[in-house]
Amino acid sequence: MSLHIIHTGPLATIQDLGRPGWMNVGVSPSGAADRESHRLANALLGNDAGAATIEVLIGGLELLATAAVWVALSGADCGAEVDGRAVDWAAPLALRPGQRLRLGLSVAGLRAYVAVSGGVAVEPVLGSRSWDTLAHIGPPPLRPGMVLPTGAGAIRPTVDAAPARRPSADALRVVAQPGPHMGWLASGLDGTRWVVSPDSDRVGVRLQGSAVVRNAAGMGAEMPSEPMVRGVIQLPASGQPVVFLADHPVTGGYPVVAVLDDASCDTIAQARPGQSITIDLPAVRR
Amino acid sequence: MRVVSYGQRAWLLQLGSATEVRSVDAALRLLRSEGGAPWDAIVDVVPAARTLLVTVASLAQTAALQSPLASLTDLPQHGTPEGANIEIPVTYDGPDLEAVARACGLDVDGVIARHTASAWTVAFGGFAPGFAYLAEGDPRLRVARRDQPRTTVPAGAVALADGYSAVYPRRSPGGWQLIGHTSATMWDATREQPALLQPGMRVSFRALA
Repeated sequence: MSLHIIHTGPLATIQDLGRPGWMNVGVSPSGAADRESHRLANALLGNDAGAATIEVLIGGLELLATAAVWVALSGADCGAEVDGRAVDWAAPLALRPGQRLRLGLSVAGLRAYVAVSGGVAVEPVLGSRSWDTLAHIGPPPLRPGMVLPTGAGAIRPTVDAAPARRPSADALRVVAQPGPHMGWLASGLDGTRWVVSPDSDRVGVRLQGSAVVRNAAGMGAEMPSEPMVRGVIQLPASGQPVVFLADHPVTGGYPVVAVLDDASCDTIAQARPGQSITIDLPAVRR
Repeated sequence: MRVVSYGQRAWLLQLGSATEVRSVDAALRLLRSEGGAPWDAIVDVVPAARTLLVTVASLAQTAALQSPLASLTDLPQHGTPEGANIEIPVTYDGPDLEAVARACGLDVDGVIARHTASAWTVAFGGFAPGFAYLAEGDPRLRVARRDQPRTTVPAGAVALADGYSAVYPRRSPGGWQLIGHTSATMWDATREQPALLQPGMRVSFRALA
């Protein structure tokens, strides 16, 4: 069974839950940017949570089924059609041989996920089918004309739809815990209204707003490189935070002032350029 | 040592020195190889210059690991890194070799002699898959990075910067001073262990004619 790729949109990559365990040789875990949406698309089809899906930036993916196959869509709602007829988001869809699935463009949220029964079955690299855009490891991004194999042994879906958390176009709120260099801040991370910069990708999300000021201890402090994880909020000298996402470098040289919770990593992965966002730090609120 | 919260599924260990990082890294490697709770819950151990990251898969494991990590420095020391010895053949023909010699107050032969005589240790990885920061070299070889980083450094370039030596595993931008090149394959994702150099290993360089 396979899927022929007709159009990819701006960027369509294969993603699963990543390749943990290789950070000490310079390889980040990578994986789906919005893991909750990835898991939901797989769950709708009875796939393992780790089955590979297609992560579609903004939309614009079009594919042709060469055999009968089930697919499910989640994440940013792009509006989808099968042979020109609108189909449901977050519901299992049966594609017959020769049918085309086409995603429109999302108006809320940034990344859609397309799961296929049995998962996308390309060859894994270091135990994962995720494309790491920074390390350039894993199956390369989709291109028109590619043929994707799908896994065998798929289970027929047993649900018709699922209550899905759809990415919002409104102001976002994310939750973080204080990081090791929180003490360098004089003010300004908690409650500040940030705007997502267009200069954001799977490596990181840049936030723009009134600069966060360091205190006397943090002003002159030098920091050797430290290990990074998904969700760290780093503060370069500019005072404009950078939040690392799935394909972050394993080490970084800017102070980490806070770290996003898992669910908030999924939320911020769906934040569109220009969208406003606030960071909640419950642990430091008086 | 301080054990600092680092999000929901990681701890950051803040250590006093690079030597202490290597010692704790070696201790964790031994504990994980022996297996058993709580160490078998660890997913990634990532040493850096003065800190070391420990990640786990679940929230419950994060909590369970805090006090065992905090008591790590009380464990008997495991001595010097137990890692394998790797020899890397080098042709010392790098474009920065003469500038490095001037900066170190040595001649070119002096740089080569000290680089090959040093018993390097892989301190940590980073920057790119397979890139290893080699520490504990001859202190005379401490040079700064180039003022202007190169947009392209070839794979196999042997370099010095900030007291470390390294081999670029693949073509990339880079700001280190290039002193030679090797044909050793530093990274191959199809090998069982893709990275030739892993933290804790000993490394020596051999000059080719």
